Amino acid sequence: MSVIECNNVSIRYMTGDFKAIGLKEYVIRHLKGNYHVKEFWADKDVTFKLEKGDMLGIIGSNGAGKSTLLKAVTGIMIPTYGELHTKGNIAALLELASGFDGDMTVKENTYLRGALLGYTRQFLDEKYDEIIKFAELEEFQDYEFKQLSSGMKSRLAFSIACLVNPDIIILDEVLSVGDGAFRKKSGDKMKEILDSGVTGLLVSHSISQVRELCNKILWLDHGKQVAFTDDVDHYCDAYEEFLMTKKLPKKKEDIDKLAADYKIRLQKEEEEKDRKAAERAAKAQAKAAAAK
Amino acid sequence: MKKIIKKCKKYQFLFEELVKRDFKQKYKRSILGMGWSILSPLFTLLVMYVIFSNLFGHKMEHYVTYLFSGQLVLSYYKESTKNGMTSLVNNSKIFTKINVPKYMFLLSKNVSALVNFGLTLVVYFIFCAFDGITFHPRQFLLIFPILCILGLNIGVGLILSAMFVFFRDIRYLYDIVLTLLTYVSAVFYSVDKFSAFGQRLFLLNPVYVYIKYFRVIMIDGLVPSLEYHLLCLFYAGISLLIGGLIYKKNNHAFLYYL
Repeated sequence: MSVIECNNVSIRYMTGDFKAIGLKEYVIRHLKGNYHVKEFWADKDVTFKLEKGDMLGIIGSNGAGKSTLLKAVTGIMIPTYGELHTKGNIAALLELASGFDGDMTVKENTYLRGALLGYTRQFLDEKYDEIIKFAELEEFQDYEFKQLSSGMKSRLAFSIACLVNPDIIILDEVLSVGDGAFRKKSGDKMKEILDSGVTGLLVSHSISQVRELCNKILWLDHGKQVAFTDDVDHYCDAYEEFLMTKKLPKKKEDIDKLAADYKIRLQKEEEEKDRKAAERAAKAQAKAAAAK
Repeated sequence: MKKIIKKCKKYQFLFEELVKRDFKQKYKRSILGMGWSILSPLFTLLVMYVIFSNLFGHKMEHYVTYLFSGQLVLSYYKESTKNGMTSLVNNSKIFTKINVPKYMFLLSKNVSALVNFGLTLVVYFIFCAFDGITFHPRQFLLIFPILCILGLNIGVGLILSAMFVFFRDIRYLYDIVLTLLTYVSAVFYSVDKFSAFGQRLFLLNPVYVYIKYFRVIMIDGLVPSLEYHLLCLFYAGISLLIGGLIYKKNNHAFLYYL
């Protein structure tokens, strides 16, 4: 069986009047017939399948339904229609730094977060030092959490979440945590986890990151599935061109055309760059000659 | 059965950590914190005693115990349900990111109210002793109404916390409900003046039912009837059932409102 199987998953989101209106207002609006709830499909008919060791990159512009899909995989949301099966334990790294308690110390927060993520006390007792060391917060253990800088908060969150060896890992724009040194370290840790045969889902706006890490991609646009493929480079080319032209591909040929256009554009840009570089070199030479 | 035990074990650690957090949030590490939460109902009791014992007290034996029984149960119910109401909304940042059972937040909130109740209960027994109440083993039966109140509090807490997600003005409406509840729970007056039918109507109020249990067993030294026990159980069960169903139905819908 596949590690993640997602069959025709559609997720409906509700929005409209019901948010933040009180009971009194609710009753009055109902009486007046002035109560409207809009629904929209955050994801529509999404189908994909991941085997052990697969790394799926989910691409698409804002509001494409990427985060909603990830929430469904973690079990925070359930599909309105369709089926979604996952196998094994999931580590989800979604908007890491929120949900901590500012008045509690770093140590207390570490234990609380660990408990929320489903770790056992034994496990945390064993790993606590490692977490703190990895987050480089040894001197801050008894500080109140609100006293930390936002970089430190993200570092701690990342360290807690990454410590387990999950079967499925979910990354939502989290590979850019902390300062340069920590980013490198977290990137290495991530690679180590990925190399251990974990199945992953990655949402990233950095296409080069997707190209580097993923062996499959899922392209969403306004909730609809444009493509699910293992031809990563080809489709990334097409996607980058799509970001420029905003023309949504409908058929396979459109994809090919977009990818081809992208190559042409890339080449043009290269040429342009070369030309500019040559120009600059010529100018510098002329200057040097004049100075002589 | 094995499954349930396994699940409990799994969430025990989370529960402990949440309780710890709630205590720290509540008392902000101050020593007076916990003392204050016992002192405040005692002050209320004192004021009530001074005023109402002049009004009704001279006609009633063991008026202090009568008053304290009402105050004890009512203030536990109030504290527990009011704290419980915000438990979902206050933790929305957590459960919209991490998949955890949402009722855990309510359960942990209930612990601090229960601890307060336990401490006040000790004071209650001391007062009873001063009031000349004779103690006997059948008073251990009090554990039954206490468990029922706990059930009622959790059930009502579930209902309220879910409704608070949907309607934020519930907080103010519930304050009104609590004020009314204070008056219909016969905390400081006796229901003897009412007709037999009127007295039966009081039994529609679960808080009064539990208060009466305390009074019957402590002051009158009698054990309530089997039907009365069933009534106690009924209120706890029905509120837990409704609350549980609301949570089950909306488990994933809460997300839309936050």
